[in-house]
Amino acid sequence: MKYIDEFRNENTAISLSKNIASLAKGHDTITIMEVCGSHTMSVYKYGLKKLLPQNIRLLSGPGCPVCVTPVSYIDTAISILHKYTNNGANNNNITIATFGDLMKVPGSYSSLENEKSKGAHVAVVYSTLDALRLAKRHPERCVIFMAIGFETTAPTVAASVIEAEKRGLKNYFLLTSHKIMPPVMKSLLNSRELNINGFLCPAHVSTIIGSKPYEFIARDYNITCVIAGFEPLDILYGIYMLLEQIIKKEPCVNIQYSRVVKPEGNPTALALLDKIFEPYDAEWRGMGVIPESGLKLKSRYERFDALTLMQNKSEIRNLKSEIKGCMCGDILRGVKTPNECKLFRKVCNPEHPVGACMVSSEGTCAAYYKYGE
Amino acid sequence: MCLALPMKLIKNNGITGIAELGGLQREIGLQLLENVNVGDYIIVHAGYAIQKLDLIEASKTIALFESMGYPHEIHR
Amino acid sequence: MVNKYSKITLAHGSGGKLTHELINQIFLPHFKNDVLSQLHDSAILQLNGETLAFTTDSYVVKPLFFPGGDIGKLAISGTVNDLSVVGAKPLCLSVGFIIEEGFDISMLERIVTSMKDTASIAGINIVTGDTKVVDSGSADGLFINTCGIGTIAYKTSLSISNIEPGDKIIINGTIGDHGLAVISERESLDFNPPIESDCAPLNEMIQKLINSGANIKFMRDPTRGGLATTLNEIVNMEKYGILVDEKNIPIKDDVRALCEILGYDPLYIANEGKVVIVASSSDTYKILDILRKDSFGKDAEIIGAIVNEPKGKVYLKTVIGGTRVLDMLVGDQLPRIC
Repeated sequence: MKYIDEFRNENTAISLSKNIASLAKGHDTITIMEVCGSHTMSVYKYGLKKLLPQNIRLLSGPGCPVCVTPVSYIDTAISILHKYTNNGANNNNITIATFGDLMKVPGSYSSLENEKSKGAHVAVVYSTLDALRLAKRHPERCVIFMAIGFETTAPTVAASVIEAEKRGLKNYFLLTSHKIMPPVMKSLLNSRELNINGFLCPAHVSTIIGSKPYEFIARDYNITCVIAGFEPLDILYGIYMLLEQIIKKEPCVNIQYSRVVKPEGNPTALALLDKIFEPYDAEWRGMGVIPESGLKLKSRYERFDALTLMQNKSEIRNLKSEIKGCMCGDILRGVKTPNECKLFRKVCNPEHPVGACMVSSEGTCAAYYKYGE
Repeated sequence: MCLALPMKLIKNNGITGIAELGGLQREIGLQLLENVNVGDYIIVHAGYAIQKLDLIEASKTIALFESMGYPHEIHR
Repeated sequence: MVNKYSKITLAHGSGGKLTHELINQIFLPHFKNDVLSQLHDSAILQLNGETLAFTTDSYVVKPLFFPGGDIGKLAISGTVNDLSVVGAKPLCLSVGFIIEEGFDISMLERIVTSMKDTASIAGINIVTGDTKVVDSGSADGLFINTCGIGTIAYKTSLSISNIEPGDKIIINGTIGDHGLAVISERESLDFNPPIESDCAPLNEMIQKLINSGANIKFMRDPTRGGLATTLNEIVNMEKYGILVDEKNIPIKDDVRALCEILGYDPLYIANEGKVVIVASSSDTYKILDILRKDSFGKDAEIIGAIVNEPKGKVYLKTVIGGTRVLDMLVGDQLPRIC
């Protein structure tokens, strides 16, 4: 596949691996946080850790939208489903349209997959284009799209709002839980729990936001950032670039993924985000509320908010916000590893996940479990 | 956080288009990009094009990788 | 380590870890006998000096029709293949239909015609059957159960116990086709052209291998749970492991593309026209040659080998030269954005 396979070349990987080892030789442990879940998965999928020297430590960060979505988000969706149920789940007129990522995430008493098996209309979609199509084809149903994801996905949701408005679709709704990256990175740095030398920054979030939003990290915290693609050679070269700057003690923000990421990002997408959404203080699972870290619909677009289908908050059933013993929060902040969690493997595993870090395909715990850490 | 892949744009209908990868085609949204032309490689996430692939930069990156030899031979 | 479930979940039927747990914890302890405990794809029975293979399977696929096949074609192919991989020549099948009230008769006829055509390709007859009709809503349209009988003329039995380090692992063609064909159709993923299922009866191709006298140790068809799950079944609790080379695993361009776009791992996707063959390394090229001359084996490749270490595990050498553990399927795969 063009422009994909060239970045998966074995000889180049070995070569890069030797260069990294040579550069890192003799230095104390260098800790790099890969903020993005897609980087975590790529590292495991390609077995990259075997190609890195022992003194380079990769830490997974909170860049997994499913992992950081609060339990109450799933509970809210299910509450809406139950509210509109007459005589059993088959009879209501709500369709939940969701990315596959959310299907198995446990709420405090059920999951979307569980509700679907009981007869609820839950459709797995690849794109908001599919959700819009569902809304158009079924004017008698309320289609609620589960709008999660970071700055990569939020513009696609914003585009769907414009399209729904243009087509006069009165039955298209969003249950939003979008998050943005730079504030959580700032929060991690301020917490002082973190001891890292560099950030491997997300490829596709950066495609939208560009490199400027990361500059405060190098300037105010003296930590180097490299925006790297998700292909194995991108990650290896990204690590090499990080090492160079870390060793020279010259923190800065560099773009490895230059074939896609521009310093200014994608202005069209950013403008669309600005038109539809505004920042708010969002709750991150396991990390509490982080100022200005979420995106919610601007009041002009409030009619698209699925919460308007509920009269008041008391209609939302939410049993508890955290399960005892679950260490997802510490794991997301890079403070603990899954092996340090008492529930890992014994109680919490992919068939029976306790926390989102296990059920999310990108979650650190899921990766550790699947790839045999 | 985000799966996105380079696909080739084979049809441009204005707001939407058709992109192709490995012989597979799918309708995608073009609302997030300006000046996209048939034949361009675009990065597609969740059914929308989020950026055009810069072919010159891609070639530079590939060339850089191909020039990798042993330690101390990385050219920037 | 094992979680106690009080209710069956969908994952119990996915062919992965939970299915195996269900078999080991509920079925085996109650039904225990020497034949069943072998857990072959077909039971091997001795009857009046003849060695027979006997198998059963149920087909609950949704949707009933998908590119490249339908539930009927799947039922015949799957049963024939279960017999063939234990070295049996399929003789005949039984078919039981569980039909939902209100099911369209012309659709039933379409499925039955497809079964007839597939049985004809396989050279077998359906000799007995049963029909039940259930209340609307109880059967997703149609469920099919089959039984198959075959004779084993092959002198040496195919068994996991024959396998030893140094043996090679061969597959007759591309992976991931069937699962993606079904998922694409079911979830209306709208990628074109639609990916086609590889659903096919492999008995004649496998019979050629057996007749050649090649030293085949063991065979299994990598259905639910995919190639990775089947490889894990082969090494589970054994004194050897498997090393697979990702570069050598055949996969179609469109299957690969869809997996990349949706975030699926093709190694865990069901196949219905494939067989994994473990054979002595001295006969590998003889086997490849026979396979590649058959219409169902033209993309055959050697994908890996049985190794001394790591014991009981499957390792994958990735395309960039890294290695990772390949575990059994856990749960189900779903298309994702992340």
